[in-house]
Amino acid sequence: MATAHTGVPTLELRDVAKSFGAVVALESGSIRAEAGSIHALVGENGAGKSTLVKIVAGVHRRDSGELLLDGESVDFGSTAESKARGIAVIYQEPTLFPDLSVTENIFMGRQPTGAGRRIDRSAMYAETEGLFERLGVHIDPRRLARGLSIADQQIIEIAKAISLDARVLIMDEPTAALSGVEVDRLFAVARSLRDEGRALIFISHRFDEVFELCDTITVLRDGSYIDTLKTADTNVDEIVALMVGREVGDLFPKTPAPVGQAVLQVEGLSSRGVFHDVSFEVRAGEIVGLAGLVGAGRSEIARAVFGVDGYDSGTVSLAGRVVPGGNPRAAIKAGMAFVPEDRRKQGLVTEASVAHNVAGVIRSGLSKAGLLTQKAESQAAGPWAGRLEVKTSALDMNAATMSGGNQQKVVIAKWLATNPKLLIIDEPTRGIDVGTKAEVHRLLSELANDGMAILMISSELPEVLGMADRVLVVCEGRITADIPRAEATPENVMRAATDTLEAQR
Amino acid sequence: MSREYAPYSQPLWRRLLLTREWAVIALLAVVVLYSLANVRNFDGPLTLTFLLLDTAPILLIALPMTLVIVTGEIDLSVASIVGLSSVLLGVLHEAGLSIPVAGLLAILAGVACGAFNGFLVAYVGLPSLAVTIGTLALFRGLAVGLLGTKAITDFPDSWKDLATATIGDTGVPVVMILFVVLALLFTLLLQFTTFGRGIYDTGLNPEAAHFTGVNVERTKFILFVLSGAVSALAGVYYTLRFGSARGDNAVGLELQVIAAVLLGGVSIFGGRGKLHGVIAGVLLIGVISSALRLESVQVSYTNVIIGLLLVASVMSPSVLAWVSGKTARRNKRGPGPQSAPVGVGTQGR
Repeated sequence: MATAHTGVPTLELRDVAKSFGAVVALESGSIRAEAGSIHALVGENGAGKSTLVKIVAGVHRRDSGELLLDGESVDFGSTAESKARGIAVIYQEPTLFPDLSVTENIFMGRQPTGAGRRIDRSAMYAETEGLFERLGVHIDPRRLARGLSIADQQIIEIAKAISLDARVLIMDEPTAALSGVEVDRLFAVARSLRDEGRALIFISHRFDEVFELCDTITVLRDGSYIDTLKTADTNVDEIVALMVGREVGDLFPKTPAPVGQAVLQVEGLSSRGVFHDVSFEVRAGEIVGLAGLVGAGRSEIARAVFGVDGYDSGTVSLAGRVVPGGNPRAAIKAGMAFVPEDRRKQGLVTEASVAHNVAGVIRSGLSKAGLLTQKAESQAAGPWAGRLEVKTSALDMNAATMSGGNQQKVVIAKWLATNPKLLIIDEPTRGIDVGTKAEVHRLLSELANDGMAILMISSELPEVLGMADRVLVVCEGRITADIPRAEATPENVMRAATDTLEAQR
Repeated sequence: MSREYAPYSQPLWRRLLLTREWAVIALLAVVVLYSLANVRNFDGPLTLTFLLLDTAPILLIALPMTLVIVTGEIDLSVASIVGLSSVLLGVLHEAGLSIPVAGLLAILAGVACGAFNGFLVAYVGLPSLAVTIGTLALFRGLAVGLLGTKAITDFPDSWKDLATATIGDTGVPVVMILFVVLALLFTLLLQFTTFGRGIYDTGLNPEAAHFTGVNVERTKFILFVLSGAVSALAGVYYTLRFGSARGDNAVGLELQVIAAVLLGGVSIFGGRGKLHGVIAGVLLIGVISSALRLESVQVSYTNVIIGLLLVASVMSPSVLAWVSGKTARRNKRGPGPQSAPVGVGTQGR
């Protein structure tokens, strides 16, 4: 099953299993990570990737199977034991202490001491500077961790791992919240670590990154090992088929839709220090992609259009009527819907039921004589949950335990229930599995065909290019390009996204 | 093509009866039955009357307090508003106004107090714990400042009698009619209106509520105003019941109200809780105090028992989770260091 390879792998798992109660999270997980190579671990959500990582990290203990480090069987009872044996895990959202300096975070719990057991700060700073120089990044070792970008926080975690001389580095979806430049920097760091002879395991939903960075790919599906392939000998379609266990068909099923009247018109929208003089329109039947680097102001523009944030000047009109700013209720009334970027924090009340969430926006229309019943809510929510094929046993189940893709369906159902003229959707498929991704894309295409205007924000270039009729590129708070579908290429979108000269004009 | 769903995962009786609220109601029934059988004079004619007369202010204030706590906020100034309203009723009546007019003005003053709290919490964005600790002192200071240490006791007998009168020979005080009406209104507001859904959303996830179009600020503001108004109403009742307007009336009542609300199953973190549980919680504390008083147990011991009960009730969800986790582990093979089951389909983090 594993690829024939001479030499002992740095880290090897053979048929590792783990269950939580009746739920089998990992049935038979196997992977061989070799020194001096980057190994991708891919699979749909729920395939068991995170469980496998947590077993290696010492968070969970395996029920059965073998865990070998340099060919020697090991058993980690805690994360400390795993760290002590040279295993470091970089999570998607690093957990630094915000009120401590970057250096203190790196040396947390093992500060070098000098005379009289006092902490030797100058030694700490010197070592941190050396680490950052090695990684080729410019971060002040004395600054507080608070306010660092997620990319910089990950670099701090990597620096910590190197200072511990970790031999195995596992990165669990490190690029999900990074912009293109930040991804490039992370990859450069990862390659230099590989060239130093460390073993890296890289988990990502983004195939372009997997193919760019990794030497080998291991696929998990439904908790079981499926196959390991050399990156050079395979392609995206083959990997997707292995992950899903069937052909997914087209990931971006965009069909041309007749374009009608302008639905959303934004003119001269400005918010000091965030975005400046933003003007654009979205017409009925049109999917407009809002591209750009993370932090360029894409989400902020969308939030201002919908009214969850205010703005200083400019106008937003929907179907010819000016919508007052800073008031999401006015925007909803005018016919806007907004699927936000962070579904757990902004999109859903996760501790409430599916029916409560799906009926969340339309509920004022469901009350009779001012009174609203749970029955009215579930009757209204049922068809919308059904149309999106939300997987739940009953409508009063909590949304908290659902998978990311399923939660996203609940959020979309909630907004489609309002029958909007304009759908703003921020990162429609972030962190959801391939199968659901294709479903969401098919739905967006259908909605546009039915005459809805769609403004889609995405950090995934293939998604923007695959789905949008028109790509607006934002750089430093200004729109620097408006590219029709036929002319949009990764190159011209990225050029506009980094066109700081044009942005500062 | 589209799926069909069952509206509920559990049958009706389970959803209604196997809840935290019904556990409190059951406990109340057990304590009442035990007291009837074992406590001398508990079945006497005056026990019920005095129990309800004494707990009426707590019952009244617990209604808006529940809604405030469900949004994740708290109002510690309620007892001070009772005191201020009491003093205003006395001063205004002494100045020649009739009881209804003076009472109405006192309630309006309560509305103003609540609006002040609500403005600072909802629109300025200050934490309600800090704001209402401040206004607890502020409103009490105003009350004592207006009247000093003296008391106004000159109220018309007809009104004082009404405050303690019972409905026919049932032993139930007339003030309970007011309470039942308000309880129904607050239950409808919390459980059967869009405003009520917004209260829960605000408590569970204010950011998502804002994105969904819930007017989070207005929701909180209105609830603080309601809290002020009902507290002032309770102050009017309190004054007439004891026939005495004093600046230090109802000192410390806010803690009894909050204790009863938490005992009734409302989460101090917001987002969870229902009024029938809270009402049972208030009555449970009332019944226990009343039974212990009849048994001539010292008040300090009564407080110890009620305090332990509250701590136990706040602990019970964690204890239950721990016990069920332990049984689940024992039933499945293999020990695991992690007690929290990790959702397989959820995003790894």
